[in-house]
Amino acid sequence: MIALQGISKRFGELQVLNDVDVDIAEGSVTALIGPSGSGKSTLLRCVNLLETPDAGTLTLGSETLTFTGTAPPISAVLRIRRQTGMVFQNFQLFPHRTVMENVMEGLVTVLRWPQAKARERAMTLLEKVGMAHKAAEWPATLSGGQQQRVAIARALAPSPRVLLCDEPTSALDPSLAAEVVQVLRLLAEEGMTMLMATHDLRLAAAISQQVVFLENGCIVESGAPRQIFFDPARAETQAFVTTLRDTGPEEALR
Amino acid sequence: MPETAALLPSWLQLMADSFWPLLHAGIRFTVPLTLISFGAGLMLAFVVALIRLFGPAPLVWVARFYIWLIRGTPLLVQLFVIFYGLPSVGIVLDPFPAALIGFTLNVGAYNAEVIRAAIESIPKGQWEAAYSLSMTRAQALRRTVLPQSARVAVPPLANSFISLVKDTSLAAVLTVPEIFQAAQRIAAVTYEPLVLYLEAAFIYLIFSTVLTTLQARLERRYGQHAVFAGTLR
Repeated sequence: MIALQGISKRFGELQVLNDVDVDIAEGSVTALIGPSGSGKSTLLRCVNLLETPDAGTLTLGSETLTFTGTAPPISAVLRIRRQTGMVFQNFQLFPHRTVMENVMEGLVTVLRWPQAKARERAMTLLEKVGMAHKAAEWPATLSGGQQQRVAIARALAPSPRVLLCDEPTSALDPSLAAEVVQVLRLLAEEGMTMLMATHDLRLAAAISQQVVFLENGCIVESGAPRQIFFDPARAETQAFVTTLRDTGPEEALR
Repeated sequence: MPETAALLPSWLQLMADSFWPLLHAGIRFTVPLTLISFGAGLMLAFVVALIRLFGPAPLVWVARFYIWLIRGTPLLVQLFVIFYGLPSVGIVLDPFPAALIGFTLNVGAYNAEVIRAAIESIPKGQWEAAYSLSMTRAQALRRTVLPQSARVAVPPLANSFISLVKDTSLAAVLTVPEIFQAAQRIAAVTYEPLVLYLEAAFIYLIFSTVLTTLQARLERRYGQHAVFAGTLR
């Protein structure tokens, strides 16, 4: 169980998140959607504490952390982080390490696994994301879709309880995005718990059980993807979903 | 013209005679002075850069004051203060250690800024990627940021190293018998300043050339992961 209760965050004068509650069941996929600046990325980054919420409570499995406006101790931060993996919009692979070394990094540096064992696990994950044949390459030689698949393998290596995906397909053209969606769908089918911020309706519709629509730091509406995308209760949701959907050539050329 | 014919051999003879004394002065004094002060200076620069980036406010001010002071005053004046000035307050140093201290402080101040800039040039996303794998700040710095910073820092650090080789000629004024001082001494007895100073310049050029080659090798080593498509023009 992953639970966010009353999460609030402000950057200076700007209230980015305002008393947000989200519950995520183990093994389910939740998509955060909403306009740019709605706070969905910030909410995601509050789960692995790349941002520290000003108020609220975060529960990840057996760990609970309540925020009071001061920085939590690093030991508490690390206990939470060890249960999360993160996939970034711009991949953020380590350019000075090979594909294999990227996936091994968390195991070797943080979990202190021996090289051979880490290599074995990394290879298994690279096979899962279809990148085993590039294990010895530098990240700079890969396409965006390939880099993102390696980044997914890297995030999965320490066996996180939840995978956080921040716009995982936004930097990719449609065909490269499709290969990333396919990998994420495979993980969802295997029961990986995921929380993703996305503009990609195809990604959200394909694999999520729950869609949360954020606007101005508040949850406006949430529910099953079918409901949010086809039968939203609120006019704001309807308007936003329509703008995302009506961007295909058939609509543009109509 | 017989006069010219007579001049050339003596010119060459003088060069040949003084080459080994000059080279020896280089190997005996210039090289150790350069290597030790660069090594110690880099360690100092690294510590100062880390303090400027991550240290508590009072230490940050100390670091900034040090950089401001050293960069804002001439190296020659600093060397005079250390060697000729400090004895007035009871601190008497031999020429070589005095020069060493002066050069180390200089290397430290200039390269603290090089190292700080190199660390700051690594995108925030790389830190976040490391943190998202539950690395501590020290681990993120050591495993992710510093190896990438090294590649950025090699050209300016090599610049500073090559400058230092030549700046060590200032140690001549502290009576350290390095290349330039040796050339001065020979010129004083042979009355051939042009020949001797050109020869000293030539020896500095040899040292710099060797170092430039080493720099290229280091850049290749740290840049092996980078892929540049096409050419920049």
